[in-house]
Amino acid sequence: MSYHIVVCGSIVPDPLQTLTPVDGPQGPALKNEMMLPAVLDPWAGHALYEAANLAARHADCRVWLVSLGPKAKLQQVMMAVAQKAPFELVAVDGPASGFTDSFAVAEALAEAIEGIADLDRDKLLLFGGWQSASRGAGSTIQMVAERLGIVDQFQGVDQLNITDNGLEVLERIEGGSWLTSTVQGAPAAFGWATGELPEPPNNPQVGMMNMKTIMPALQKAKPAALGNGFGVNNVSLPQVVRETRVVKDMPVDDIARELVDWIQG
Amino acid sequence: MSILYLAHTDDNGSLPKAALEALTAAQKLAADLGRPLKIGLLGADVQQAAQSIGGCNAEAFFSVSGEAFGPSRYSTDAAACAALCSAAEAGIVIAPATLRLARCLPGTAYRLGGRIDTNITALDAADGQPLPTRWYYRQRMSGQVQRDTQSFSGPWILTLAPGCAAPAECPGQAAPQAVDVPLDGLTRTTVTGVKQPNVDAQTIRPDADLLLVAGAGWTKKQNDGQAHVKEAGELLLDFLGKTKSSLGSSKSLVDLGSEGQDVLDFLTHLHQVGQTGSTPRHPKGLATCCHGEEPHVVGWRFINERRAVNLDAGCGWAHGKADVLYVADAFDVMKKVNELLGK
Repeated sequence: MSYHIVVCGSIVPDPLQTLTPVDGPQGPALKNEMMLPAVLDPWAGHALYEAANLAARHADCRVWLVSLGPKAKLQQVMMAVAQKAPFELVAVDGPASGFTDSFAVAEALAEAIEGIADLDRDKLLLFGGWQSASRGAGSTIQMVAERLGIVDQFQGVDQLNITDNGLEVLERIEGGSWLTSTVQGAPAAFGWATGELPEPPNNPQVGMMNMKTIMPALQKAKPAALGNGFGVNNVSLPQVVRETRVVKDMPVDDIARELVDWIQG
Repeated sequence: MSILYLAHTDDNGSLPKAALEALTAAQKLAADLGRPLKIGLLGADVQQAAQSIGGCNAEAFFSVSGEAFGPSRYSTDAAACAALCSAAEAGIVIAPATLRLARCLPGTAYRLGGRIDTNITALDAADGQPLPTRWYYRQRMSGQVQRDTQSFSGPWILTLAPGCAAPAECPGQAAPQAVDVPLDGLTRTTVTGVKQPNVDAQTIRPDADLLLVAGAGWTKKQNDGQAHVKEAGELLLDFLGKTKSSLGSSKSLVDLGSEGQDVLDFLTHLHQVGQTGSTPRHPKGLATCCHGEEPHVVGWRFINERRAVNLDAGCGWAHGKADVLYVADAFDVMKKVNELLGK
């Protein structure tokens, strides 16, 4: 069985950056947002690497990465991501901000997916992150899938195995456990948690191959209209700062005693 | 238009704690907006759950129940939630942000022409509409969501994060009205079970009083120029065994494992807290050998009392974020702590 795997994933500010909200003409934004170094969203990255791994193990599979973001920033990030795994980019030009409506984002992504000429919907596995490091709503993939008519969906996925019985899935549930399920086959949607794969090493050959399609995709990127009737107000950083008691030169025995009293208190 | 409170039962037929918390928020919102409250319950058998909240002053109870709706499965859950919303003619839906409902409610909202905002941490009312507050950028900043409810036709669904309201206590008699949900085309997915770590290996305990965070410092070279990863693992597991606390780790420590380095083999991505991991909620947190800035702070956002042990008195993330920073060798401290805990 071959699969057509579509990975939805956007870009986010590098997690190591300090983020400060500001009021912009379109609503809240991040200070110096266009200058902040960006990366592929970590959960979308896991989804992409899992998709590439799946495609490598099964014949005639194809992988598309559908990404909504400002074209210039997408181009920067794709220079790095392209070296990680083979895929075909479908770019949508629009904000990658966390302060957008997941419904509008889902509509834009679904529209882009519907426009993929060679996509066989009967073979479709829709991948994405179950969270993101921007809005973090955990709702976009479900809505994209609904628009595409996919009713078999999984979130918090850590493992996907293809067997004779179908697709076996491990989904995270409360308490550090997994729900195990089997779906008969495509189409299905998977919001990935971290999966089980490490980040692949850079492969310049894969990068060069990907860039042949990435640059035209960026040039063809259609602007996305993210709709009206939604806004985020009063965006602020948590203001609570604790008075940290710094304990130096205390004997280890005393520290341990204090900690045990605190733990048991 | 009514406010629908939506919840699912646990395996034992009761409502999870997060669901009772969401009911408190739904009751308050209904009072604030002057709208009727209705209840929608989902599960294999919802009678026990309905009796546990029968005194919540709801105008009506609806239920979708049966064997097919016992396990958590997107296709049946989304269909059931959509049917409950329609039966209640819901304009606003309040639900707990359990993993089960977090999975299916976005699809439900889309199916009904509605909208959804998730992981709400505070729910106020203004101008006759809900005014929910939620985090953005992995708990780094918060904001209030405003929607023009005239711009869409379906319900506005809000899921409430756990720990943001007191659990409701309102038992009473209730006779839910059954809502029928056809199963045609909804059973391509079969739930086959739950995979759990062995009891001995269970180191993620959401209900624990204490979260122990192990940082990458545990795997670094110590004063003798050698790494002592095996000893570090024994110390941590001994502590976890004695305190029954939950274990978290920084991303760097987890990633070291995937890069083939000698690391603590019981740590997985499930333990990851912070910017790219979970944001656990525990009354107390003890960070050991953690260094770094914002990403670790994010993992601490919902820990009430925070203490840290590391060798850097100027540790940037601990200052202003932890209550106490012990400047000491965590190997020595934890060894002594374990001795004291064993007495």
